[in-house]
Amino acid sequence: MSKNVIVIGGGAAGIEAAGQLAMAGYPVIIIEKGQEIGGHLLDWYHLFPDRRNSVEVVSYLNDIAENRNISILKNRQTEKIERNKGNFHLRTSAGDEIEAGAIVVATGFDLFRSEKKEEYGYGIYDNVITSADLEKMFRAGDILLKNGKAPSKIGLVHCVGSRDEKSGNLYCSKLCCVTAVKQAIELREKLPSSKVFCFYMDMRMGGAHYEELYLEAQEKHAVSFIRGKVSEVGVAHNGSLVIKAEDTLAGRPIRIELDMLVLMAGMEMSEGGRKISSDLHLSTGSNRFFSSIDNHYGSNLSNENGVFYAGTCTAPMSIPETISHARAAATEVIRYMKNTGK
Amino acid sequence: MNKEGKKKIWSDYQKEIADDHFFYVRSCIRQSFFPGSEQFFLNLMRNVLKKDVYENPAHTTCTGIGYHSDIVPSATIMTVIARHFALMKEAGYKNIAISCVTSFGLYTEILETWKHFPSELAKTREYLYKATGREFDIPENLAHTSDIIYKFRDEIAARAKVLLVNKETGEPLNIVEHIGCHYAKMFPKSGIGGAEFPHVLSGMIDAWGGKVIDYPERRHCCGFGFRQYLVQANRGYSVANTAKKFSSMKPFKPDLVLTNCPGCSMFMDRWQYTIKEMEGLTYGVNGESVPVLTYEELAGLVLGFNPWDLGIQYHMVQSEPLLRKLGIEFDPGDKFKTKDGHQMPLPQNLINV
Repeated sequence: MSKNVIVIGGGAAGIEAAGQLAMAGYPVIIIEKGQEIGGHLLDWYHLFPDRRNSVEVVSYLNDIAENRNISILKNRQTEKIERNKGNFHLRTSAGDEIEAGAIVVATGFDLFRSEKKEEYGYGIYDNVITSADLEKMFRAGDILLKNGKAPSKIGLVHCVGSRDEKSGNLYCSKLCCVTAVKQAIELREKLPSSKVFCFYMDMRMGGAHYEELYLEAQEKHAVSFIRGKVSEVGVAHNGSLVIKAEDTLAGRPIRIELDMLVLMAGMEMSEGGRKISSDLHLSTGSNRFFSSIDNHYGSNLSNENGVFYAGTCTAPMSIPETISHARAAATEVIRYMKNTGK
Repeated sequence: MNKEGKKKIWSDYQKEIADDHFFYVRSCIRQSFFPGSEQFFLNLMRNVLKKDVYENPAHTTCTGIGYHSDIVPSATIMTVIARHFALMKEAGYKNIAISCVTSFGLYTEILETWKHFPSELAKTREYLYKATGREFDIPENLAHTSDIIYKFRDEIAARAKVLLVNKETGEPLNIVEHIGCHYAKMFPKSGIGGAEFPHVLSGMIDAWGGKVIDYPERRHCCGFGFRQYLVQANRGYSVANTAKKFSSMKPFKPDLVLTNCPGCSMFMDRWQYTIKEMEGLTYGVNGESVPVLTYEELAGLVLGFNPWDLGIQYHMVQSEPLLRKLGIEFDPGDKFKTKDGHQMPLPQNLINV
């Protein structure tokens, strides 16, 4: 029986779970599709609610990956996974053949493809961008329109691809509201003469210190929060974006010209996760994320013995939640390995 | 604006359109408002593209206006449309070509209803059989006639005598496309290009050399909207919608509005006259109003047909400024003559003359 553990995915969940398993003495092989570990954190600027630089968290993950029990196979995807006498046999897209006693699935999430919300014109209108695009601009240090000028009126649209039956996603992605608040504050700080509007359905500020950040955005940074969804976007003759929305508190439709519109893209089950789900016959829920065998005390356990979940492959989670979930996954793996004599 | 992004969306909304052998159903209002359009569609299909198009004079209104006015119940309209399918079956056709966007929306809606509620289909079969002794099949292919012109747009371009280019400047004409709400807003998959960035008319404009104008109120209703117009007290809403659209497109200096819906063609044309009378406002360049044409009329101009044979003179906003830009020669004296050369009474108060 193999003592190896395979971790699929080198984001926050995968690295944290690998670190815990390595410290317990298990050899861990991480399969990472990208060139670097860190997942979506590599593209993010500051994290909510304390606006810590994401580089610090990536650095923490890189330190974990230094453990000599961890080996990382980068630029690879899983090609085939089979069970063989209590072990798993995995072949990567690069032809590596790996035997392991357990698998941790940490395939994370994909951002909702905002071009699917056709009415917002992402991919068509120059200055309609996503929250991820804005983070890249923050990292690059310049918030610029396509014509090279700084925007003076910016809108942020919450719930793009979340809580939206038309998009096929009834669930809340949970982190978009606080991300919008964080980004609105950062926009106001970087462009002090700008006006920033957030279009929201409800403000879902459920995490620690999120509500305080929301109040700060209103009181200190004069961000305008408009309760109502954007219905459509067009472009005026002067190149401004023309936004139609409803202000449900005022009870009237509104029409506003903006320079830039930021779509807060929701979280979806990753493409890699969907493939693993099919290969290993893993159950998924109506939200298409992996479905655990018990929502209350078994959220790391899959319907297949020896396969465990860590992080946002099961549901939208913040970084602290992801880290905690990954540690719990490692605990479950260790228990399984001991019980099966591995 | 990134056209590649639009192409991606268009690729998600392509539909099968039959190549030949169509059973044609007319609109009840198009023959009155733009009498050359349906006649030219048949001429184009039969004599230019050499396609088989059959129409049965026994077909009737779809009753759509009555349905949208709450005076025709759904069971009735389903039975009327089932009768058209029965006429098609009796004539041996399987592809239906629908002239009116309101009708097209209803045919689509009814087929969807029957798919999700088979009991409604069974009831309709029973009603039709009891009333007429007829039976029907579901069409194999259902298309609006603008879909069909779109399908053959490149063949039309290959035969073009006139491109949508300003002859004096060499620049493409600025053309606003307006899609009827019932074409794809209810069922985006039923329209070419979907509901947000439809390609059915913009594809024709692209193929025939014009420039498509995207303006902020592009998706807005023309102002017909059934109740907005049919209830007299609501007609202010109707004019206001049209004014909103034209105010939004004016900065883009439109040369032409191209539509695929009878109501849209009618209201975007006639209300320009009304707004000019009420407010003195016009929306084209040099104080002119903007001609509003149907896709059949535009296809006919591109193919070099006599504009008066296409019936474009029966709009309120006259198209002479457009014809001059396109370099199309015309005889003003023939404008309101019958085919056998008799002078008809001249209409009063036309604009753009």
